[in-house]
Amino acid sequence: MTALLSLRQLRKEYQPGVPVLHPLDLDFGVTGGGGLTAVIGPSGTGKSTLLRCINRLVDPTAGQILFEGQDLAALRGAPLRHMRCRIGMVFQEYNLVERLTVIENILCGKLGVLPVWRPLLRKFAPADLDRAFELLHAVGLPEDYASRRCDALSGGQRQRVGIARALMQQPRLILADEPTSSLDPKTSVEIMELLQSVSNREQVPVIVNIHNVELARRFSQRIIGLSQGRVIFDGPSEALTDELLNAIYGGKDWQG
Amino acid sequence: MNARVKAFAPHWGSRLAWVAALVYVVFAASTLQVSWERVQQGGPQAAKLLSRMWPPNMAPDKLDLISSGMLESLQIAVIASFVGVVLSLPLGLMAARNLAPSLLATAARVAIALCRSFHPVIVSILFVKAVGFGALAGVLALIVSSMGFVGKLFAEVLEELDEKQVEAVRATGAGFLAVLIMGVMPQVYARFIGLAAYQFDSNLRNSTMVGIVGGGGIGAALFTAYQRFDYDVVMTILVLTIALIMLSEALSMGLKRVFR
Repeated sequence: MTALLSLRQLRKEYQPGVPVLHPLDLDFGVTGGGGLTAVIGPSGTGKSTLLRCINRLVDPTAGQILFEGQDLAALRGAPLRHMRCRIGMVFQEYNLVERLTVIENILCGKLGVLPVWRPLLRKFAPADLDRAFELLHAVGLPEDYASRRCDALSGGQRQRVGIARALMQQPRLILADEPTSSLDPKTSVEIMELLQSVSNREQVPVIVNIHNVELARRFSQRIIGLSQGRVIFDGPSEALTDELLNAIYGGKDWQG
Repeated sequence: MNARVKAFAPHWGSRLAWVAALVYVVFAASTLQVSWERVQQGGPQAAKLLSRMWPPNMAPDKLDLISSGMLESLQIAVIASFVGVVLSLPLGLMAARNLAPSLLATAARVAIALCRSFHPVIVSILFVKAVGFGALAGVLALIVSSMGFVGKLFAEVLEELDEKQVEAVRATGAGFLAVLIMGVMPQVYARFIGLAAYQFDSNLRNSTMVGIVGGGGIGAALFTAYQRFDYDVVMTILVLTIALIMLSEALSMGLKRVFR
């Protein structure tokens, strides 16, 4: 069985000679089903860069990104956008278009496959609207939130809209970049539960960057420990020992 | 105690700049014969002028002439604002360095600078020579100045975009136009309308001016009235102009509320 996403010798340097990611080889979604993979590691270690390389919001310096058999690193223009459609993304600061309504933000997930006049005139197909409302319900927001502007929502509500937008893409893979870092502990757990449940229900693997090791252990099957742009650990959550955590984060005072 | 570093060190550069500015103002005033005596002499003159302006001339034939001139000014302002604002939308986009390639942005900025370098009255002199007397020249002149103003400020608004929102829309696989429609425009639309409303206001005021050089509108009648010493007619025109401007102020405030 081949992996949904394979990174081969993926390297990224923002400044020449200063690699943020050393050549990485990683496979994701081997089982073909849902489930969370957590990427942990100290700040500035390249977690965000890794995720943004996958959907090419950041261009990798070298290496291959094989997604459904195609090398994303080699694509440009329309074919790249076409592949981006199939990868949903959830952001730390939600990144909703603040002045658009909840339902408009969810429908943004369809932009990659719609002709331009549809969003321009807000003439979305009934099937898409049905799906958007379904997702609104699925992420736990009441229906009358549809016409609210996103700048009127709380953090947890915004992240729910962000997840609905990603799901609207009918993605084959979801990337979540620190989805709980701007949220309080209780909401963080709710959002992780939501990600886990949609991942299982829609059979979409989720790669999630996360600072909170407890949440990573609790919700993900697999954990990848990154330190200074290298993979220090890659294995099932149960196998992540305190010694390994020390190796990833350095020192042990922080464990209390 | 004395050894401590001064909390507010003197800034000699700015002191020098202020002194230099003050010295130049005094010098310029002296060479231009700007003096207090002349201002004092002007007082009684102004009083005489004002007394000749009152009461405003409300003769039906004058009112007819004035109202058709005012209407023409209003039309010039509306047409020029609409066309100018619509054209400055792509111009502003092209001039925004975060959205357009740098060569295009530079070209658009040069075009904007050209539009802005002359007062509308000077531009309308050019257009009067080119297309002849009448409203068309005024309309064209005000289109140019609208593109300069709205284009420049709109580009600046666009450069302050929240990139995060744009990034997220891009991550869905949206093309450039779709990103503009759903990621960029929602962020800047309200401010664009605000700029347009302000420009309409300014066009309305300028449309009463372009007539002085033959660009159509109430300006021609105002200028003629001044030259014939018909100060009561001047008064009528001034009062009506003020009323028109206030009306448009209220209108643009309403617009901003609708598009908030």
